[in-house]
Amino acid sequence: MNVRKCKVLVVGAGPGGYVAAIRSAQLGMDTVIVEGEKAGGTCLIRGCIPSKAMIHAAHKFHDLAQHAKDGGHMGISIPGPAEIDMAGLKGWKDGIVDRLNKGVEHLLKSSGAELITGWAEFKDAKTAVVGDTQIEAEYVILANGSVPIELPFMKYGDGVISSREALDIDEKLEHLVVVGGGYIGLELGIVHRMLGAEVTIVEAMDSVLPIFDKELRRPLELFMKKNKIKVNTGVFAKGAEKLDNGKLKLNFIDKNHADDESKMQSVEADRVLVTVGRRPRSEGLAPTGVALNERGFVKVNEKCETNMKGVYAIGDLTDLGEMLAHVASFQGEMVAEIIAGKDRIYSPLAVPAIVFTEPEIVSVGMSPDEAKDAGHPVITGKFPLAANGRSLTQEAEKTGGFVRVVAREDDHRILGVQAVGTHVSELVGEWTLAIEMGALLEDIAGTIHAHPTMTEMTHEAVLATLGHAIHIA
Amino acid sequence: MGVFAFKLPDIGEGVVEGEVVEWMVAVGDSVKEDDPILSVMTDKATVEIPSPTDGVVKSLVGEPGTILAVGQVCIEFDVDGDGNSSAKSEPEASEPAPEPTPVEEEVVEDIQPVVEEKVEEKPVAAPTPVVVAAPGARPLASPAVRQRARESGIDLASVNGSGPAGRITHADLDSWKEAGSPVAAAGPSRAARTGTTEIPVIGLRRKIAESMTASYSTIPHFSYFEEVDVTELESLRVHLNSTRTEGQPKLTYLPFIMQALVKALGENPVCNALYDDEKGVVTRFDAIHLGIATQTDRGLYVPVVKHVEAQDVWTSATEMQRVSQAARDGTAGLDELTGSTFTITSLGRMGGLGATPIINKPEVGILGVHNAVDTPVVRNGQIVIRRMMRLSSSWDHRVVDGWDGAVLVQRLKALLEHPATIFM
Repeated sequence: MNVRKCKVLVVGAGPGGYVAAIRSAQLGMDTVIVEGEKAGGTCLIRGCIPSKAMIHAAHKFHDLAQHAKDGGHMGISIPGPAEIDMAGLKGWKDGIVDRLNKGVEHLLKSSGAELITGWAEFKDAKTAVVGDTQIEAEYVILANGSVPIELPFMKYGDGVISSREALDIDEKLEHLVVVGGGYIGLELGIVHRMLGAEVTIVEAMDSVLPIFDKELRRPLELFMKKNKIKVNTGVFAKGAEKLDNGKLKLNFIDKNHADDESKMQSVEADRVLVTVGRRPRSEGLAPTGVALNERGFVKVNEKCETNMKGVYAIGDLTDLGEMLAHVASFQGEMVAEIIAGKDRIYSPLAVPAIVFTEPEIVSVGMSPDEAKDAGHPVITGKFPLAANGRSLTQEAEKTGGFVRVVAREDDHRILGVQAVGTHVSELVGEWTLAIEMGALLEDIAGTIHAHPTMTEMTHEAVLATLGHAIHIA
Repeated sequence: MGVFAFKLPDIGEGVVEGEVVEWMVAVGDSVKEDDPILSVMTDKATVEIPSPTDGVVKSLVGEPGTILAVGQVCIEFDVDGDGNSSAKSEPEASEPAPEPTPVEEEVVEDIQPVVEEKVEEKPVAAPTPVVVAAPGARPLASPAVRQRARESGIDLASVNGSGPAGRITHADLDSWKEAGSPVAAAGPSRAARTGTTEIPVIGLRRKIAESMTASYSTIPHFSYFEEVDVTELESLRVHLNSTRTEGQPKLTYLPFIMQALVKALGENPVCNALYDDEKGVVTRFDAIHLGIATQTDRGLYVPVVKHVEAQDVWTSATEMQRVSQAARDGTAGLDELTGSTFTITSLGRMGGLGATPIINKPEVGILGVHNAVDTPVVRNGQIVIRRMMRLSSSWDHRVVDGWDGAVLVQRLKALLEHPATIFM
């Protein structure tokens, strides 16, 4: 067996791991990164990026179909219906994923980090075996990521799929059932609705996306209603049966009468997509001795240190921060610098989160309720897309969105910004920076925002919070 | 209920096992997370291991004296939930999926009101009106300012922000550093320092490190201390210095000690020797070549005064000054830096109560000389003031017995206390 000694071993080349490895190599440390699949991880290979590609394509098809159907809208018409070839769509999506995967491999190589392909099996906290190579490291960064949660009574396979398979569907679906109305299920459900499939959502809570407040959810719920996505909330999925016609039957029941078989409902589908959340991929970590919490997340402190000296963990695998790619990347860069001797901790004021549904939902910092619960005296202001010129020119106002600012009443510091609406996700950069920099309402009010852009809504929502918005009566 | 098995964690760099000193819990005890459960001794330290979980102790491994390997399961707990020993159960469909949650701003304790006196006493520190930060909110500062405060050990809650709404700027951190913290408003900054400087151990430093290690790790040293009444020697030294002719060097104690050593070492040749421990041969020398440990800008050198037995006290003084100056100037040749049969190390005016000098291998002894101090001592039932000097010596116990070392030092003491005998 070959022995490869190194200073830093990174396990997992997702958005946490590959960033940690590049930064570690930049800092002059001998770095090895191990990945069992393709470099890029869940985000680049089977999550954020492919799903955004699918969303873009679905919008395009949806628009073309509309121009074909109601000829003359915007003066544009298409003779004959728009057609979709799912295999072609998948091929195009795979091309983007492939480019990003190659890009990450190239970046790792240029930085000097060594990428070893294979699954790392730990012998102890600092020793891992990959194929016939034993890697012995002074420091280990665990970035194993997460996997979709499987329902015990409805295992994956035979038409029951996770988000991963949902992104590789290469045939046109007639009916897709989504179990779990969180952000992943809604994003993919809306994609398939726009591509022409019937879509049914089955959610146990009393609303979809329950982590967002009612005001923010409202435009999304209206969109789903208008587009005939059937949403069943407050129901438990009770398993899927394979039918003779090759389809699946998904049974579900009102959660308040879960024991009353007579209340059982069912729906037929080509596929049942289960998106009830993700769990940390920590099952192979026992030989390292790192402590896990009761849900299987690796326990870390604000420096991402585990209970084992010299062993760090980042990203979805840990109990620190949200399960988001940008959180993992931030922690990865931070840990590399900590190993190199810098004194850093993970203590962001603002972690932006985006749901790429139609309309999109974006949030950073505190919602009005969270701010009140935290004891802040709160003022808020809203500005609708319908009053923004740029939004009108790209029909972004049709989904009825708005930008909402949350600030402290006494010193006017900005505590949070949320928005719902078509194309609003790109606005979040300014809001995050404002919160991190400790900006006051007056700082944004005193900043010129380019016309005609959607960023003007940030300016106007701030003015509305101060009580003097211009472009709304 | 599940079982949570806890492995002995990696408790320190390079530690692979630890000895159980004490179990602080017994089977059946309820413990809370972070309660101390086990005290383990490694070759470096004794460490208390906290409980990783809430639960009831199910089993323990080892009793005091047992050696546990790092990574070995040392305790099991019955815990609520599934623990880590059984398969993880799958959450029910009703469980809300983890989703991106808007981050909640950390709740921070109330900021202490700004200390008024500080503003009055140090007007330079806060040129703009100080805004009291809003109660219930954390200090307002950008990421760069927060990182700088962290690196400088500054608690932002103690800094007056001069920006809008009390926002803390880089300039405010500068002012805080000038003024010091509110606690130490007067005087220099008491900010914790976190910097380190790495100095490569190379060249002479590495040689010193290597030879000290070689000496200390192979030679079983024993040290012996004595006090010498140098009142008469002092009077002789002062007399000789006051009557010396031009060209004669000023005499310190060392030339007299060198001359006394000629006699003492000559009579105790076991102490004037080199021990080749690989060959197993001790070579005794008729000549007395004395190494003089000399501190230079580049580190420790030991230039050698050769054939002290053929010198008088004036020549010894001249030679000693010459070789140590050459060592300090960096002009000493190899011949002047090798060949000693015994070494003297003098701390001069630094004095000290005693030291345990390290032998200049392959020599078998070394003499440390401390400063002479007027000291009250008892002579004939009376307290009198005498000039006393302490000597520290170390010996290679493999080839020098305690007796031999003591005899040499006692002989040296007798010679120095009656300086005329040095020259007889």
